[in-house]
Amino acid sequence: MLEQILIQTINGIVVGLILALVASGLTLIFGIMDVVNFAHGELFMLGAYVGVITLAGTGSFWLALVVATVVVAALGAAIYVTTLRPLLGRDPLNTILATFGVSLVLQNYALWQFGPVARKIQEPVTGQFPLFYLDYPWYRLVIALLSAAIIGALWLFLKFSTYGVWIRATTQDRVMAQAMGIPVPRVLTIVFAIGAGMAAASGVLFGPLVGVNHAMGLDWVLKAFIVVVVGGMGNLGGSIAAAIFISLMEAYASLWVSPAQAIIVSFVVLILTLLIRPTGLFVPTPK
Amino acid sequence: MTRRHTLVFWTGFCVVVALLVVAPFALPEFWRRFLTEILIWGLLAMSSDILIGYTGMVSFGHSAFFGLGMYGAAAALLTSRPPSLWLAFFYGLLAAAAVAAFVAYFSTRLRDIYFAITTLIFSQIFYVIIFTWTDVTGGENGLNFSRPALAIPGLFSLPFTTLTLYWFVLAVLTVSYLVLRRITHSPFGMVLQSMRENEARTRAIGYPVERYKIVAVMLSGLFAGLAGVLYAIQNRFAAPDFVFFLVSGEVVIYNVMGGIGTLVGPIVGAATFLLLREGLSRLFPYLASVAAEQGIALPGLAEFPHLIPLGIIFIVIVIFMPQGLLGFARRWLNR
Repeated sequence: MLEQILIQTINGIVVGLILALVASGLTLIFGIMDVVNFAHGELFMLGAYVGVITLAGTGSFWLALVVATVVVAALGAAIYVTTLRPLLGRDPLNTILATFGVSLVLQNYALWQFGPVARKIQEPVTGQFPLFYLDYPWYRLVIALLSAAIIGALWLFLKFSTYGVWIRATTQDRVMAQAMGIPVPRVLTIVFAIGAGMAAASGVLFGPLVGVNHAMGLDWVLKAFIVVVVGGMGNLGGSIAAAIFISLMEAYASLWVSPAQAIIVSFVVLILTLLIRPTGLFVPTPK
Repeated sequence: MTRRHTLVFWTGFCVVVALLVVAPFALPEFWRRFLTEILIWGLLAMSSDILIGYTGMVSFGHSAFFGLGMYGAAAALLTSRPPSLWLAFFYGLLAAAAVAAFVAYFSTRLRDIYFAITTLIFSQIFYVIIFTWTDVTGGENGLNFSRPALAIPGLFSLPFTTLTLYWFVLAVLTVSYLVLRRITHSPFGMVLQSMRENEARTRAIGYPVERYKIVAVMLSGLFAGLAGVLYAIQNRFAAPDFVFFLVSGEVVIYNVMGGIGTLVGPIVGAATFLLLREGLSRLFPYLASVAAEQGIALPGLAEFPHLIPLGIIFIVIVIFMPQGLLGFARRWLNR
């Protein structure tokens, strides 16, 4: 029993870090530009597909990861400029509607282009190491470390680069940032592209663990939304903590019930959060 | 509202209803069923307009109310012998109302996007429960049952044909519309609209805002459940797909397409969306066959997903016609 719990802890943290990667893009986009991106799961899914194609063409997983990130980031920038920029300054609810339309388009495009059969991404690291009574794949640990590294890089980027400073300034006060000469429209486009690229990267990383299909984004966008609300909308650190917390809960729950039912645990966490601290579990109570 | 306005409204109302009553005589079987579906989806869209248009709360969880109405009707039709229409309504509305009360209690503590996300998550909870509780709900396969007869015990019993079912649905929709119209024009409806305009001020005047919101969600959920019961009777099955949040998303699309805060708008939106979908799904295979006759091979054109142009049309409406088709038409007529 103890061994099972330890294994599930490791599983939970691995999935949690990927979820954190998806959710940090979502929360970044929300926190900075008040856009609720319903198409985030589709960007995750498209990233996985671009990964599949690049992998088939070049045979290199790492190249596939980079190409998927760049391609989907460019797509994200295009989506932002065409559908979301015209909605700037309107009620954030409009962005839910517009991105819902985007997700409808992208999902059906993927279904048309790639068909309903799930594709597989071959993991780049195939070794296993003994963990109690089973052989645990090294690749899972690689994903966890890579996700943590990407999130760390994002943090460094926000903290130290010129664009990072601009992004944080825009979060605090968009009008003032504009007045100080920061190219706000470009900053917003870049933020959306970064969020999209992170979703794509997590799609490629997660691809080997499950099949890649056109509906895989749906589960993830829901989970990412739960994480973002539990962690506090627009709060990067809170989202990461919430992602790991919720994934651990689900991993433990799946000791007793099927994984399909274990999702309910994260729903319950969300409801309790909303009842006790509607602004998020991991943020100080607002005054 | 002036007297002339009232007269114009009721004349228009009677003309539209009369046209809808005679419409099936001019339509073949397939389109009769299609029109019935439009009316049912229109009822669902209209029910969510109470929240989206009048109270200013965008619900992404209407699939839960709709689906529970469906499964409630299924429970009644599977357990009663012979299947009773009125029991189906009773169970369906009861299930929808119970779910609506539960969802309303929690979700009305939140506003704006948080409300939208919460209702979405709640509908997913019911989806997962229905999807995994195979013994009772049939899981992925759903439930099949037979259609009840239109009957009043001891008086008469009439099996539904496509035509009578259409009229029955039309009657339910018309009555629902009149009831909802009355409600939105009542003092209660005015409070809802004042919450949309300025919640803090409504609270300051002394209205218990939370209680009004709960009642609004329940009212909306009840009519969504009614649509679910009608859908179950029309199609003789209940499936978990209808509880999935994409259905809620489509309902919001109907509202935005047609124009929120008008009650009729969502019905127009549903009709537009469904007709466009039907038309586009036939357009691409047709274009492919025309191209093939000309000797041009366009692989994949016949299977081109019609939801792509539909999604783009929706995005364009969100960006350029925030008032929806009805609002756009009204402004265009007044020009």
